Amino acid sequence: MTAEAPAFAAGFINNEGPKLITGRFALEDSFTLERSLATGGYDGLKKALARPPADVHREVRDAVLLGRGGAGFPAGVKWGFCPEGVWPRYLVVNGDESEPGTYKDRLLMERDPHQLIEGCLIACYALGLSQCFLYVRGEMALAQERIATALNEAYADGRVGRNIMGTDFSVDIVLHWGAGAYIVGEETALIESLEGNRGMPRLKPPYFPAAIGLYGQPTIVNNVETLANLPWIMDNGAEAYKTMGSETSPGTRLFAVSGHVNRPGVYEVEQGVTTFRDLFYGDNFCQGIRNGNDLKAFIPGGGSAPWFFEEHLDLPLEARPVGAAGSMLGSGAIVVMDHTTDAVKACLRLVRFYARESCGKCAPCREGTTWEEKVLRRIYEGQGRPSDLDLLEDIGDNISPGPYPVASFADQDLEAVPFPPKQTTICPLGPSSVAPISSALRRFRPEFEALITLRDSIAVSAAPTPEDV
Amino acid sequence: MSHFTELNARRAHEIISHYPRARSAIIPLLHLAQEQEGWITNDAMTQIAELTGATAAEVLGTGSFYEMFKFHPVGRYLVNVCTNISCQLLGGEELLEHAETALGITDGQTSDDGLFTLEDVECVAACTEAPCFTVNYRYFHRATPETFSEVVAELRAGRSPMEKGQQGDRGEIPDHGTLSRTLQHIPADRKAGIVAPEEAAQAPSWMPTETGENA
Repeated sequence: MTAEAPAFAAGFINNEGPKLITGRFALEDSFTLERSLATGGYDGLKKALARPPADVHREVRDAVLLGRGGAGFPAGVKWGFCPEGVWPRYLVVNGDESEPGTYKDRLLMERDPHQLIEGCLIACYALGLSQCFLYVRGEMALAQERIATALNEAYADGRVGRNIMGTDFSVDIVLHWGAGAYIVGEETALIESLEGNRGMPRLKPPYFPAAIGLYGQPTIVNNVETLANLPWIMDNGAEAYKTMGSETSPGTRLFAVSGHVNRPGVYEVEQGVTTFRDLFYGDNFCQGIRNGNDLKAFIPGGGSAPWFFEEHLDLPLEARPVGAAGSMLGSGAIVVMDHTTDAVKACLRLVRFYARESCGKCAPCREGTTWEEKVLRRIYEGQGRPSDLDLLEDIGDNISPGPYPVASFADQDLEAVPFPPKQTTICPLGPSSVAPISSALRRFRPEFEALITLRDSIAVSAAPTPEDV
Repeated sequence: MSHFTELNARRAHEIISHYPRARSAIIPLLHLAQEQEGWITNDAMTQIAELTGATAAEVLGTGSFYEMFKFHPVGRYLVNVCTNISCQLLGGEELLEHAETALGITDGQTSDDGLFTLEDVECVAACTEAPCFTVNYRYFHRATPETFSEVVAELRAGRSPMEKGQQGDRGEIPDHGTLSRTLQHIPADRKAGIVAPEEAAQAPSWMPTETGENA
């Protein structure tokens, strides 16, 4: 028995399995305060407020809640990096979802803004954060509208602002929105943007946000989905949370599966116990590849992740094994490509994204991504040169030196290079552009060569011979 | 010379009051200016600079980094077609081609009647609902060339096409520049108050005075 997505929650599949953060998605008015309160909303906060802040922090650390934005760092540990005795501290919520293939935070913000607000409040209470800035991607008009409405309701009801729910806990949540820049999803760039600047990343060290963040103060930057888990954890406890998922990746995660599957959608999935094969072919999930086609490749964690193939289908949806196998779960964005996919075209399209979105601060990324796009485009258009494949690898090596993370290839006797890549840049955007190139070149080199050979034969027949000269 | 209308000037001051430092309001105020005029004029940037303690050049410097800000007039409807990977796999590029034919313009251009500006854009976070396009940032999921043409026809006829758009979004597409139609309003008696870095050197009231909260 699996239920189709309700039309008002486009993309969400209400399948069987635990629903920790999508529990209200199938309710049409899930975004209202009334519905939230009628279904346990703000209960987690109430329980948190009855305990000392340090206790709440400990509960979150015990739950091993891994960050859901991409890097997968445990939130409770990240929270502990604030230097003691330095005040004020701020919370910045990263709702700038823009990684190619990623569609989950928009749903969380549109469908259940009160859950997110409650999560923000729990974090602020636990760490003594004086003000919260909720940074929503600029293009997400409906999400902004739902959050603005939810905040107005919550303020009027005494749940945000001064003396929250009758306690001496007081914090404002300010809705802020961006204006179109993928790089702002990087936490230091997000802070730059929030300070009114161009969204260019800062160097770490010294600018680790927990130590030197917004306005130079200790700042916690958490992803929307990460914070959305806090109400459930506070309501039910870390122990209950850890009964789901695996030991190193407890709980559930949202995965957006897009591309050539029969039932693309956003699924809340128990981590570790579900494999990619279950997800793509299972009746409870995507129900197979379209038209019964063969799988050509899949991207397990957004455009920045190295590609996986048929032989990686039995890996579990769990950060560690996926990292060791040469890729990442990243932002929970899985893109499935069937055998009809043109690998060169897909690769070019992903690289164009990084070339456009590079902020221009670091030369290897600014120049490198542009070159990668140019070279790939001329290959795709049949104007490639025989030296172009080496050139692509060389550009990649300048952005990300040494062996680039890649999946294992049994047929080529190649072992996996674990994630993450090395980088000559401040942030991972530049190195991300290398992922599709190195994956596609490793696996589908003949497709690239076929396009280049074509060009060669034309060029050679048209070129003057030495006798002609 | 002031650019903002009286209402928007009040809104601008309210937005600024949410931040410890006024400069943080530059991006929200640029959105406000774009909502008022449909694009961002030099006068707007001059006034935003005055309001936030920046220079007009700094406001332009910030604004020009972000794709959504337009420094020249654009169409009443900004049509964004996604061609990134998930959409590409299911016909996003073909949809863009259709859009170019249907509107008679290419990426970045505005139609002669001033109604449409077309853009070939990056991922808009609707990947499972590919291919997809947006009109003034309102979503149209699982779009076909037919849906696209119907939406354009509705807009040309002055009617709302949202019946074909994302369910749950409200009935009308506002002119380019308007994002959320509801603004956050913090009532004075409910406001916890902004906390500027230079003002609070102590832990907030609910934190125990003993250190060791990170224990």
